[in-house]
Amino acid sequence: MRSGCPSRSAPSDQHQVTNDKVTNDKVPLPAALTEIAEDFLALSARDRLTLLLDFSDGLPELPERYVGHAELLERVDECQSPLFLVVEVEPARDAKSSQDATVHLFFQAPQEAPTTRGFAGILYEGLDGLSVAEVLAVPDDAPYRFGLAEAVSPLRLRGMVAMLSRIKRQVRVRSAA
Amino acid sequence: MAVATDDNSKFADYAHPERLVSTDWLAGQLNDGAVNTGNLVVLESDEDVLLYDTGHIPGAVKIDWHLDLNDAVTRDYVNGERFAQVLGGRGIGRDTTVVIYGDKSNWWAAYAMWVFTLFGHEDVRLLDGGRAKWVAEEREITREVPVQTAVDYPVVERNDAPIRAFKDDVLAHIGPLVDVRSPGEFSGELLHMPDYPQEGAMRGGHIPGARSVPWARAAAEDSTFKSRSDLEAIYLTEQGLSPSDDVVAYCRIGERSSHTWFVLTHLLGFDKVRNYDGSWTEWGNAVRVPIEVGAK
Repeated sequence: MRSGCPSRSAPSDQHQVTNDKVTNDKVPLPAALTEIAEDFLALSARDRLTLLLDFSDGLPELPERYVGHAELLERVDECQSPLFLVVEVEPARDAKSSQDATVHLFFQAPQEAPTTRGFAGILYEGLDGLSVAEVLAVPDDAPYRFGLAEAVSPLRLRGMVAMLSRIKRQVRVRSAA
Repeated sequence: MAVATDDNSKFADYAHPERLVSTDWLAGQLNDGAVNTGNLVVLESDEDVLLYDTGHIPGAVKIDWHLDLNDAVTRDYVNGERFAQVLGGRGIGRDTTVVIYGDKSNWWAAYAMWVFTLFGHEDVRLLDGGRAKWVAEEREITREVPVQTAVDYPVVERNDAPIRAFKDDVLAHIGPLVDVRSPGEFSGELLHMPDYPQEGAMRGGHIPGARSVPWARAAAEDSTFKSRSDLEAIYLTEQGLSPSDDVVAYCRIGERSSHTWFVLTHLLGFDKVRNYDGSWTEWGNAVRVPIEVGAK
């Protein structure tokens, strides 16, 4: 979905890559999120917005089974515009532990809220399909590792922090059963 | 004025009709090739920093209330140097007519206009109905970002006093205070807007003596401003305000109260309306300031 973004091919700003928060001594991000973070950090603040818009455009529609079932979705109040999300945990056939089950994420946010949709798109692409253990290991400060504070302001990033914590909470609840 | 005003009959009733343009007027200017000639620049100012990028009025340029108009470090507006960069870089000169539009019934457009007014930019107008009306009328939208030729904008010192109130001004204020937040925020039940993130106030309620007039009462269903007689019914008849009153309006950070500032100043012709931009995120956190709770 992001192949249409011409600006993400060549790192344009080397010093930002050197300051790359992905490779420092913090708790590491899962591979897909690491790749997304590297893509963002290789861009100027302006181009990061373009990439965020690609994530917004690419956020999958809510599947049919959830449409019209607001009661099945969790509302993320911390986002500037209303966002709803739901987590499914699919048990692995030969799984020894619920920690090996696969996590799937579904989101709903209006087209008029592209920043919120973009945050959801990053988390979808970075986390969907991971195991329960992998999602629960994602550090809570992950939203600050994409260089988005400069692009959208730290104030606006709080919505993404809330999304991640609600995703992890749902994963915890649904994998405990 | 660099560009003729819109002689729309609805606007003629307002105290300052030159402060509004209609979607028809703007479409006409676009047709005539008047936009981005140096005389007329159109700005989009939204709550969502990416909304412009999803598609905007052709020729319009983005301005972001947070990244472009707020200082990055101090809780304050940008200084004269930065303002000159922000405007000059968008092809706006001191004499350029600027038309601003945005989402949420022009909250953020009114907020941008209020900041432009701190710097005395003379000819700033709002697009009545904002982004929503333009989109609802199925007018052209594009993702193409215009390439603006930078021009020199003078470094002007900000003049806050006439239209900006600080906490100490409010403590000493004798005239009417208008709280434009939702009823739940006013009464103290909610610490933030319904449907919005908690933005950190330690206490709920309102400034003692403030009257509750939610900003949205001034907006019609289609995001346009209500007619002058409808506005007079709310602010003059019902609330008993008078155009000669010394009024302070506030909300949470001064964005919704910019909408009310615009209505009182430019549509109803009030002489002295100040926006208290510290608003509830300052007052509700300040130590030992008086607070009232309840719907009253």
